[in-house]
Formats: sequence, C-alpha cells, structure tokens
Amino acid sequence: MSTGTPMTTTVPTGPGTGAPPAGAHTPGAARGPRRPGRIRRGALPYLLLLPALVLELLVHLVPMAIGVVMSFKQLTQLYIRDWGTAPWSGLGNYRMSVDFDAPVGQALLHSFLVTVVFTLLSVALCWLIGTAAAICMQDSFRGRGLLRALFLVPYALPVYAAVITWVFMFQHDNGLVNHVLHDQLHLTGRPTFWLIGDNSFVALLTVSVWKGWPFAFLIVMAGLQNIPGELYEAAALDGAGLWQQIRRITLPSLRPVNQVLVLVLFLWTFNDFNTPYVLFGRAAPEAADLISVHIYQASFVTWNFGAGSAMSVLLLLFLLVVTGGHLLLTSRGRRSADV
Amino acid sequence: MSDTVRSPRPAASSSPSGRSPTAPPRSFLWTRRVLLTLLTGFVLVPVYVMVSSSLKPLPDVTGGFRWLPSGLTLRPYVDIWSTVPLARYFVNSLIVAGSATVCSVVVAVLAAYAVSRYAFRGRRVFTVTVLSTQMFPGILFLLPLFLLYVNIGNATGIALFGSRGGLVLTYLTFSLPFSIWMLIGYLDSVPRDLDEAALVDGCGPLGALFRVVVPAAVPGIVAVAVYAFMTAWGEVLFASVMTDDATRTLAVGLQGYSTQYDVYWNQIMAASLVVSVPVVAGFLLLQRYLVAGLTAGAVK
Amino acid sequence: MRSIRAAAVGAVTLSLALAASACGGGTSTGGGSDDSSPRTLTYWASNQGASIEVDKKVLQPELDKFQKQSGVKVKLEVVPWSDLLNRILTATTSGQGPDVLNIGNTWSASLQATGALLPWDARNFAAVGGRNRFVDSALGSTGAPGKDPAAVPLYSMAYALYWNKKILADAGIAKPPATWDELVADGAKIRARGKQVLGAEGSNLSENIHHVFVFARQHGASFFTPDGRPDFANPGTVAAVQQYVGLMSKDKVIPQGNAEYAQNQSVSDFAKGRTAMLLWQSASANLTSQGMGGDAYGVAPVPVQSGTPGPGTQVDSMVAGINVAVFKNTHNLNGARRFVKFMTSDTEQKILNRAYSSIPPVRSAQQDPAFGAPADTVLRNTLATSSAALPQVADESQFETTVGTAVKELFADAAAGRAVTAASVKAALTKAQQQMPAT
Repeated sequence: MSTGTPMTTTVPTGPGTGAPPAGAHTPGAARGPRRPGRIRRGALPYLLLLPALVLELLVHLVPMAIGVVMSFKQLTQLYIRDWGTAPWSGLGNYRMSVDFDAPVGQALLHSFLVTVVFTLLSVALCWLIGTAAAICMQDSFRGRGLLRALFLVPYALPVYAAVITWVFMFQHDNGLVNHVLHDQLHLTGRPTFWLIGDNSFVALLTVSVWKGWPFAFLIVMAGLQNIPGELYEAAALDGAGLWQQIRRITLPSLRPVNQVLVLVLFLWTFNDFNTPYVLFGRAAPEAADLISVHIYQASFVTWNFGAGSAMSVLLLLFLLVVTGGHLLLTSRGRRSADV
Repeated sequence: MSDTVRSPRPAASSSPSGRSPTAPPRSFLWTRRVLLTLLTGFVLVPVYVMVSSSLKPLPDVTGGFRWLPSGLTLRPYVDIWSTVPLARYFVNSLIVAGSATVCSVVVAVLAAYAVSRYAFRGRRVFTVTVLSTQMFPGILFLLPLFLLYVNIGNATGIALFGSRGGLVLTYLTFSLPFSIWMLIGYLDSVPRDLDEAALVDGCGPLGALFRVVVPAAVPGIVAVAVYAFMTAWGEVLFASVMTDDATRTLAVGLQGYSTQYDVYWNQIMAASLVVSVPVVAGFLLLQRYLVAGLTAGAVK
Repeated sequence: MRSIRAAAVGAVTLSLALAASACGGGTSTGGGSDDSSPRTLTYWASNQGASIEVDKKVLQPELDKFQKQSGVKVKLEVVPWSDLLNRILTATTSGQGPDVLNIGNTWSASLQATGALLPWDARNFAAVGGRNRFVDSALGSTGAPGKDPAAVPLYSMAYALYWNKKILADAGIAKPPATWDELVADGAKIRARGKQVLGAEGSNLSENIHHVFVFARQHGASFFTPDGRPDFANPGTVAAVQQYVGLMSKDKVIPQGNAEYAQNQSVSDFAKGRTAMLLWQSASANLTSQGMGGDAYGVAPVPVQSGTPGPGTQVDSMVAGINVAVFKNTHNLNGARRFVKFMTSDTEQKILNRAYSSIPPVRSAQQDPAFGAPADTVLRNTLATSSAALPQVADESQFETTVGTAVKELFADAAAGRAVTAASVKAALTKAQQQMPAT
C-alpha cells in the first residue's frame, strides 16, 4: 500500500476504464520505482500543500498548542484579562478533572459516559438506517429520485432551523410528539417531558439521528455504485436469493466505505456542540449532558478556562486513541486482504 | 482537449450497478415499502411542522398542537424581516459560507493534487496530520483562536476578529481535512493519461491541473463544495463569539426570534424556511454530482 | 521549471490572499474606537424591548440627540442576552471591546473581579452628577461591597405579582394573595375552575436564582457566608429551595409543564389568560405587546411568609436591573463618561424607563409623575423598602450556574412526579457547592 492515508484504498486507475495502471507510463515511474505513478519534483508539491498547511497551523494547531498551555494554568476570571499573568497550576486542572471521587470529576466522567453511549447509539442508528435506505433504493422504481431528494433534506437544513423545530415538537404542553403519543394514540398515561429529565436523552438521540442518517445514506449510496453488477449476476447464477446477495455481496463490499463512514460519524457526533446546545441551552439535563456542552459550561459559563482546557485535552487524547486504534485495525485488515 | 474532457465520469454512470436482473422477492418489496414509508414520515413530519407553523398566527402556534391549522396567515413571512435584520444575516451567511467554500475547494484541490500526483517526503505525515485535525474539539481552540486573531489584528492591522474574513478562515479549515481527503480519492481516480497528455502539450503542472484535471474532477469538487458549504452554513459556536451585529450569520441570527418577551415560533419557522429553501434547492440540484463525486472520492 | 515554480508561488499567494482577506470584505465594528477618532463611541446595549429591532428604534433617537449635544457619535449594537456574557468575556480577554456597555446588575461583582471595567470612584461619579443621584437599592448591586462600583445603575426593576383580574374574580377571590399560604389556598380555587395558577420558568437558571434567593431571605438564610464563601446547603437555603420547588411538587400551584420553560413562555401563558398569576419583573410593556391591556391584570407585591413586605425576612424581591459600565480599555474616556451622564440624566431616564416599563434608579427621575401609576408604585415601593441585592461576590455567575442548574433538575424531578424532599434538595445543593471553584 502506498496511498496517502490508511483510510483510502485508492488504486491509480479510473474505475470502469479498464485501463492498465496509468502510472506505469509516467516518466516519474522511472525515477521513483517504489511509488509508481507519482512524480518526484522538488519543491512543487510542498508549494501546493503550503496553503493547506499554513491554514491548518493557524487555525488548528497553534490554537491547540495554546489551549494545551492554558490547561496548565489557573485561568479564572481574575486572570482572563491578561492570561499571561495567570499562575501555573501544574497538573492541578487535570487532577481535578480526573478525581472521580469529587463532584467535578464525577460530573465529567458521567458526561463522558453519556457521550460515549449517545455516540455509539447515534452512529449505529445512522448507519443502520442509512444503509437500509440505500439498499432499498439501489434498484430504480417510480419516485426514487424524489425520495432520494427528500431524504437529503435533513442534511441540507441549517442546524439551528432543524433543531429548533424539534424543540418545538418536543414541548411538554403544546408539542406534536406528546399530541400524537398521548392525545391521539393514548400510549402514555400522561404527557412526557422530553426536554428535561431522563427522556431528554431520547430526544437528543432522535434529533441526532434525524440529522445524521442522510449523510450515511449518501455515502453508502455512493459506495453501492462501486459494486460491479457482475458480482450480483454471478451470485444470481449460483442461485443466491436477494437477501443472500445483500448479505454476501453488498455488505462485504461496503466494508471499506463503512470503516471511513463510521469513523467520521463517530468524530462528528462525539464533538457535536450545535445540536445539544440548541436543544437544551447552556445547562443540559444530566441525562443528556454531552461532553462538548459540559466543557463549554465549565469554561465559558463558570469562567474557568484552565479547567475547561484540561478537560478538552483529555477528550482529545481519548479521541486520538480511538482514531489511532481504528486506523491501525482497519489498515491491518486491509493489508492482509490486499495480499 | 475535447477528447480528454469527455471521459472521466467515474463509476456512477459508467458502470450500471444493480442486483440480479430477476424481480426482487415479495418479502423484499414489502420490507422496502414499509421502511421507506416510515422514513418518509420521519423526515417529513418536522418539515410539515415547519411549514404549517409558519402559516399560523402566534396564539395558534403557542397553543396546543393541531395537525390542521385553524386559520392561515402570511403575516409571519412579513414580520420576519423586521423582527431581526434577516436579510443582512442571510447575506452575511452567503458571503461567509460561499467564500469559505471557494477557498476551501481551491486549497483542497492544490493539496490533493500534490498528494495524488507527486511522491515527496512527508506525504503520509501530511495527510494523517490534516485528517487528525478533524477530531479536535472546537471548545479546545475557540478561545485560543480568538486570542490569536486579536493578536494578529493588533500586530498587522488585518481585522480577523469580528470580521467575516476571520470566520471564513475558520470555517474553511473546518471543512479542509475531509475535503482534501475526499479529493485525494477522487483525483486518484482521474486517469493520469490526462495530465500527461496536457504536459506533453506543453502545459505546466498547474496548467495540467486547472485545464485538465479540475474539469475532469467536477463531480468530486462539487461534492467537496457542498460539504464545505454545509459545514460553514450551520456553525453556531464560533459564530456566536466571533461576530458582531454587522457580521452576524444566520445560524446565530435566527436566535433573535426568541427575545426577552416571547418566542416567535411562527416567525422562527418562517425564517428557517425562507433561508433553507435556496440552500435545499441548490443542494438537491447538485445531488447528482454529489453522489457521483462521493462515489469516486470518499468511498473508494 | 522556473515558470512552473513562479506559477505555483502565484497560485499559493493568491489562495492565501483569498483566504486571508479578500473573502470577507467585512469590516470589524466590534473593536473599540481608536485614538484617531475620539469622536465616536461603541455602545453595547442589552435587549430590553420586544426585539432587538425595537430596542434600536427606542435607543437610536436618543443617541442622535447625544450626538447633537456632544458631537460624539455612538455606534450602537444591541446584543441578545444569549450572547452578552460571552461577548463581554471575549472582549475582556482580548481587550477589544466596546467603550460603554450594559450589564445585568447581578454580574457586577463577577465582572468587577476581571478588572476590565472602569471603577466608579468619587471622581468618575462626580462626572455624572455624584453618587447621591442614585437610589441606594440600585447602588447596592453595582459591585462588591467596599470597592468602587464597577457600573452605574441604568434601569431598575423589581419582582411583583401580576394577577389576572377575571380569573381571580371568577374563582371568588377578592384580592391577590399576600402570603404564600394564601396563594396556595387561592390556587386550589383557581384550579377548581380549570385554570393554571402560577407561572414559572423552571429551566431558566437566572429566574430560579432570583426566586430561591428571595425565599432564602424569607427563611432568614443566605447562600453565601458574610465573608463571601459559598454556603449553599444550610438548613435555611434547603428550606427555601424546597418551598419554591414545592410550589410545583407539593402545592400544585405551578403547573408541571412550566418545568421546561426557559424562554419566557410563562409570560405568554399569562398574557393569554391561561395562568392566573405570574411573578415577574416589570412585565407591563411585555404584556401590552402580547395584547394584554393594563386593565386586565393587577399588580401586587410578591407574597411573603406572613405579614407585609419589608426589610430582613420580609424581603420579596431581588434588586433587578441593568447597569451601564465603561470598558477600561476605552480610548475615549471623557466621551464615555459623558455618555453615561447623558444616559443617566433625568430626561433620558424618564424616556428610556418609560419605554421599557422599568423604574429609574435616579432619585429625581423616579419621583416624576410619569412613574406614579399603581403598577409603578408597587415596583417603586418594593425597590425602596423590601428588595435585596443578590450576593455581590466574584463567584456570582458560577453561583447562578450551579445552583440554578440544581433547581432546574429539582423541577425536572417534580415534573416527573418524584418527591422533592429536604434530603434530595440538600444533596442537589451540596453537589452544586462542590462544583464551585475552590478559593
């Protein structure tokens, strides 16, 4: 494998063209035999990368480094005016964040666990619904184009508009959800609270899935297009029924797609701030206290940016481990598959 | 040239994928029917709520929910423009999201081209590093970034904080990692013969990129552009801290309908619809490219 | 090769330039005015009226007047409450802020601690006509005791009991309740007629704080020790919070649905005649804008445990209001002080407080007959005799967040039908206190 990232399994050919690897003909192939198809040309590639590098440095890496520095400071309201003068607190902020016997640490741990469970459920549901819908819409039928357009609407709506509509629907007294569940279907003995208390988790999950599954749908739909029709034909000749085709051909062929999709969905959902913030405001109910809002509250509402930064760094480390582990596992799997 | 531009419309249209030519079994048809009906309902109910609520007078909206409005009014659609400066927010959002998209695509194309076509030291480090920025929690660098912008502003006079430029810069980097990565995949699928032909014709590498590779990569670029646009369009956290009244974007500005006095639900819904319609329409118009672009780019 | 490289450099520069500047084209208006133009001021106003646009319409003519008088142009930005504290915070961190700004008066001590606001010492006060122009209750909410105030009172407000005349009459209630026991008893009659009794904002942290603060006072307790340390879970505060949340869980006067209210839905319920009573600060302009005429409701003092409102345990409102502050980094100190003087002048005080149905914190303006309507009299008396300032401590905003959230969670318990006991209240308040930064 010589591709740039472990996530891509690109081969240097256009799909469907049937041409031999084009790189074999490039002049660069002679100079760089280990990387067929890629030319070595001094500074040019670096120049092409420069804008992206400078921007990432400016907006992500340098601020992140500053954030790490902040996490070692006692950066409260007394010092924010000139944060250079804030006293160093060493590992104090970290110690406080991971002291799970004390309320701050406990609350952080609770929030972290809520986020993990929420993220896993949300990603699983998004993937499941998205994949099911994409498979259902693989064959053409009347109205398929219309449905496909319709299914993309949640993804295309501005986050605030989408979430605030759900807030409207989840209201206890006047919301649609209680109107249907309680007034019309009589499923509940009394109207349910969705925006406070324990059910807020369900509400959050619903909104997250509603907004997120079209993306999974889109990606899986694209992935399905890459499965050669011959595979199905061969299977059909072998007498495989449609369900078996889905199980034996469709799902295995989607594996590389899914590996990327699941990781990306995981990172987005885990770090999502907009949804819980619009849904619950600055104080989320305990049952739906996602980590991003929790840290926001720790730093911006209680003005303790040192502690907030320490929590963010811990979160980053966790995501780093998850992402690294995921990349390691998937790239190893692929390498053996390639051989 | 015409010969080279024609060919690359990868996968989506060239390989008519599909399952067995025989008719699907009834069990599948029924599952499909049920599932798609349920999903349509799931997607449509909030949309219906938006539309119907936007046409109700405020007392009806704040009363108990009813499926059928008792009286219809277009009043909210008139009022939205005066309750908050919606038009200005809309223009701000268009400028910010549009500029961020254009910049993000240009930068991503350059970077992806380098990774896709050249061998150089640090290639792998670059791609992994860029991708990994995707997982930074926004909270971690919100305040530092803000301080950085202020300091750059003080040192150079370039107003990044409070200006649309700062927001553009921020958003474009949000979409950059995924865009670069998606484009690498897509450009890899554009046959190298094309660049070579262009190089032989006397174009420089950049000439080859912009005259040949970019036109051939339109679906991928559109997919990336849509993604970049949506990322910038809906962002709330950074916009709420980095904008002022003159530069506020829609994502934050829509909150203006929930005021000290009341929540103007009908106006929120009307305004959300008004600002969503162009975006959703554009999105749907481009969805064909989107699928094609993703097919070759993201999912290979 | 050379030309290639040149082209590449060109492309890079172009894209960078695009990214860095040309994309935006927007100009910053958020930064403080610079040295070269001491003839301008930036002013962040808080959202006091029905919407931000309404506020602009109220304020702009006055700012024009100021410009005519002083030659200083004021650039106005009305900042929504959801953003105001964050904006002040980022302005403080960066030193790039407005020259003059409105702050919620309960934030005074917290913001004072950051050192970003101009202290109003004798000299600065002299520039606006002296400290004595302002009523004491309002001055009590301008910063930590013993320090120079961080801001100057601009609008004063107090809580009152707004009651729907028709609903109470229908229920056979002759006069609004003066004690909590009366309120609970009246509540039973009102509920019997199928109306909701008392509106509340169970998910609004600030509202929760304002109410439990007053209840604590009525129980002779405080959330902070005299030297400013958090003391959230003492017997008095536990009783206070239990009594407030008990209005929903035990007394059934606050409807359960209000547990999720956070955006003033209770005001709209009251304006629509769904709820009989409402505890609110200076609500008349709001009620008018929602179509409830002044003759449809009455205004009475907030109930007390027994007797009549007064000082000490008879307190029935926090000192609510807005202060105006000057950002220390201003480059136009004189202009800023002049502007504060203008805003606190008798004429402007009358105009602005009229528009926002608040009470002028300036003595001479307060005595104006324009503020003599019965509703205003109640508010004015409350402010003068039976209101108390929220704790003026640096940790006030943390207090609002932690205790406000605890009360919100307790309301959620009550709404879910769970009992709210002394033990559960004490546990919630203890947890809130442990989340306060150690000082």
